[in-house]
Amino acid sequence: MFFYLIRRILTMIPTLLIISVLVFVIIQLPPGDYLESYIAELQSQGESVNEEKIQYLRKEYGLDKSMPEQYFTWVTGMLQGDFGYSFEYELPVREVIGDKMILTVLISIVTIIFTWIIAFPIGIYSATHQYSWGDYGLSFLGFIGLATPNFLLALIMLYLANVYFGTSIGGLMAPEYIDAPWSWAKVKDVLAHLWIPVVVIGTSGTAGMIRRIRANLLDELQKQYVTTARAKGLPPGKLMRKYPLRIAMNFFVADVGNLLPQVISGAEIVAVVMSLPTTGPMLLDALQSQDMYLAGTFLMFLAVLTVVGVLISDLALAALDPRVRLQGDNR
Amino acid sequence: MQGKRSSEVSDGETSPFSVNPDLLLQVNNLSIDFTIHGGNITAVRDVSLSIERGETLALVGESGSGKSVTAQAILGILPKIAQISDGNILFADPDQNNRVVDIAQLPRDSKSMRAIRGGSISIIFQEPMTSLSPVHTIGDQISEALFLHRSFSKHDGMSATEHMLEQVGFPHPSRAMRMYPFELSGGLRQRAMIAMAMVCHPALLIADEPTTALDVTMQARILELINQLQLKLNMAVLIITHDLGVVANVADRVVVMYHGEITESGPVDKIFSAPGHPYLKALLHSVPHFDMKPGERLTPVREAEYSLDTMLEDQKPAGTVPEGPHLVVNHLSKSFTIRNTGMFSSGKSSKVKAVDDVSFTIDRGECFGLVGESGCGKTTLSKMLMLAQSPDQGDIVFHCEDEGSIQLETLRDDDLTRFRRKMQLVFQDPFASLNPRMTVLDILREPLIIHDIGDEDYQREWAKSLIRLVGLDPRFLSRYPHSFSGGQRQRIGIARALALKPKLIVCDEPVSALDVSIQAQVLNLLKDLQQELGLTYLFITHNLAVVNYIADRIAVMCKGNLVELATKQQLFDNPIHPYTKSLLAAVPHPDPTKPLNFAALDGASGADSELWPESYSLNQPTDFRDMGDRHFVRVGSTV
Repeated sequence: MFFYLIRRILTMIPTLLIISVLVFVIIQLPPGDYLESYIAELQSQGESVNEEKIQYLRKEYGLDKSMPEQYFTWVTGMLQGDFGYSFEYELPVREVIGDKMILTVLISIVTIIFTWIIAFPIGIYSATHQYSWGDYGLSFLGFIGLATPNFLLALIMLYLANVYFGTSIGGLMAPEYIDAPWSWAKVKDVLAHLWIPVVVIGTSGTAGMIRRIRANLLDELQKQYVTTARAKGLPPGKLMRKYPLRIAMNFFVADVGNLLPQVISGAEIVAVVMSLPTTGPMLLDALQSQDMYLAGTFLMFLAVLTVVGVLISDLALAALDPRVRLQGDNR
Repeated sequence: MQGKRSSEVSDGETSPFSVNPDLLLQVNNLSIDFTIHGGNITAVRDVSLSIERGETLALVGESGSGKSVTAQAILGILPKIAQISDGNILFADPDQNNRVVDIAQLPRDSKSMRAIRGGSISIIFQEPMTSLSPVHTIGDQISEALFLHRSFSKHDGMSATEHMLEQVGFPHPSRAMRMYPFELSGGLRQRAMIAMAMVCHPALLIADEPTTALDVTMQARILELINQLQLKLNMAVLIITHDLGVVANVADRVVVMYHGEITESGPVDKIFSAPGHPYLKALLHSVPHFDMKPGERLTPVREAEYSLDTMLEDQKPAGTVPEGPHLVVNHLSKSFTIRNTGMFSSGKSSKVKAVDDVSFTIDRGECFGLVGESGCGKTTLSKMLMLAQSPDQGDIVFHCEDEGSIQLETLRDDDLTRFRRKMQLVFQDPFASLNPRMTVLDILREPLIIHDIGDEDYQREWAKSLIRLVGLDPRFLSRYPHSFSGGQRQRIGIARALALKPKLIVCDEPVSALDVSIQAQVLNLLKDLQQELGLTYLFITHNLAVVNYIADRIAVMCKGNLVELATKQQLFDNPIHPYTKSLLAAVPHPDPTKPLNFAALDGASGADSELWPESYSLNQPTDFRDMGDRHFVRVGSTV
């Protein structure tokens, strides 16, 4: 197990290196660089452009160097925790992102938990009561959830929350807390705001998840080993938990790797609509204005999450399923 | 109506249970309906049977006859769409002082039903591969029943489970407790299943086709094991099977079911010596057995009438089939590398020889039987012959009537495609080998399209001829495979194999997935077609009775080696190799006067080459030596 872990972590290194090259190429793909967009913007506003200042900035940011050199500086910088400098905010990327990263992770994790808490009982109910009115009704609700665009749901929820609960519109906290230091009151306020984006972002995922749990469980319920367990005289509830549910879990554990980046990228449009102080809107901005180091850091962050997520799900799968743990592939 | 009746049965003077204290289970006029698409289908109609303590009752019938459904009703595990519409199932539960309960009245998941299920009545299923949970240890799954029904402390329960594993013949019971099903062979899994069913010492064991998925030698051992445990625990056994050989060997009494109804019942000798119902008579005549006279033909329950029409006339051999070899296999070997890439292993790899230096010659126009148990390498061999896998060593020579001999393993690209017309394959699984999204016409036309033969009209006509050839109606051409039974599908598979007018057909277990009553039909069809069209067969099977019926010469394969090769008469009258002998001894005869000799089986070595006499050991250089009259046996070179 230990060696397996080491091996997996070692293979993550080349994977992430290749991803970093791709990310760098992608953020360099649009013609020009940040300074050119900046000049263009200044000119369109009719302001004069200080050639000297531009030259200075170009040198300062290393934009005059060749691509491989720039890449090398970027990657080695990241290894030391220096993610580069954001042109747009005129601050180091780390300071720009900081809090937002934490809030993004918070929203994502709470959303995943929300999805699972809602989806699992409903999925199990639908599978065990297949073609009943309950199954049809919940499936119907699920499809509505799947079909409703998230941003629309976001707007509706914001309105309802404001009208019925008096929660301030937009954001993750009331305006007075935004620049305030973290306190108990601020935490409570964040929690009061948190549920709206969680519900909005989680809805479509939950609906999809219910369908998948139902389908997986229905497959497993047909299997012979379930009959064997029934023939032993196990009570229905325990039977369900010990056998089919346990095996149907495999799929979800294997899916964790995809879940993290999916939730984060799915949340971005919603974050714009709800003006959440998460990383989503910032990534969009950074990509538009070619704020390359900021955009690059975001993309790398997503990549790391994916790779780590896949590792976690593989380890959990091995813990859950002895076939994965003990059986080699016999090709 | 059901709710009003009580599941308690008054044990009055007239109760059959008070008259006969040995009576354990009595099923009276049981009918079971399935609700499908709003309509009702009666799967079991008016079935009555009884079982006494310690006796073995065999329930015989083909698939779909309602025998498994009856068993499910007794155990209270009918699927949701099935209801007991009439009758009762009276059971004198020894766990409750022989109080008689009516299982038909108990709600399926009620506490009292659950107490009976697994405690007083338990079941063994057919498929040891799928009937155990893949993610729980053997010990966990077996002890579960024990902890549910008997009050044991954790420690005592575990040691009782271990003892049970020892009783069913696990070589290392304590290690097996911590193993997962996928780490065990099929035979051991079935033993684990038996241990699970027996661990509570039930009064009634239902064995639903317990040996159908196993090899003959393993089947004999499992039957013996059930027999022994039955004697030890005075347990009644309800064995459900379609194998009359098994019935003749283990049953005291027999009940025959057909289309959901009981057609006949009685003591086992009477059933075999004087069958009354036409269905049973037909069934007895449709099973191949060793005592068949040369040229004797099986009588299928339902015959397939084939017809040759003008399009096939040209395929008929002109005069006699020319003599000589058709396919020559020289020193063929194939090994597989097994990489242990499990999470805890260091990635070591080991080599397994699937086929080890195999040589034989198939003569033109003969049916060459290849017999072996699962894992002996016969499928790998057939794949190499079909050029689906390339051999590590050796060569395969195909002798054509018109083009001379062809070296198969060197064929590439166009040459290979052209050659494929000459040799075709009939698959084992008639369900998986036909594409469910293609009509029969598409299936039969596909080979012609691939090889660009004729235009659409010609292909359509040819498909019609083919389907008549295998005894099906040309109107079936527009249907999809799902609307056919297993036997019909296998006939479509045969028609497809014949589409390119091949001269040699490899039949890989073509009847092992079919019911006995259908087996005879397909075997007869294959036999007739061989004669009519002058075909050569390589017939691969694990069933000795089948190979005895259809083959001219037979090769016995074990652990990648051919151990014996002889004509049918030589092999069955005078087997020489110990493995062949133990195979023949393990086949149950459909005749109660010729029971299996379990004592002899215990001494038999089976596939375990360590137990063979020294001179046959595979751990030394061996020769495939001619013992006279082309009767080859593998013996040590020094002997």
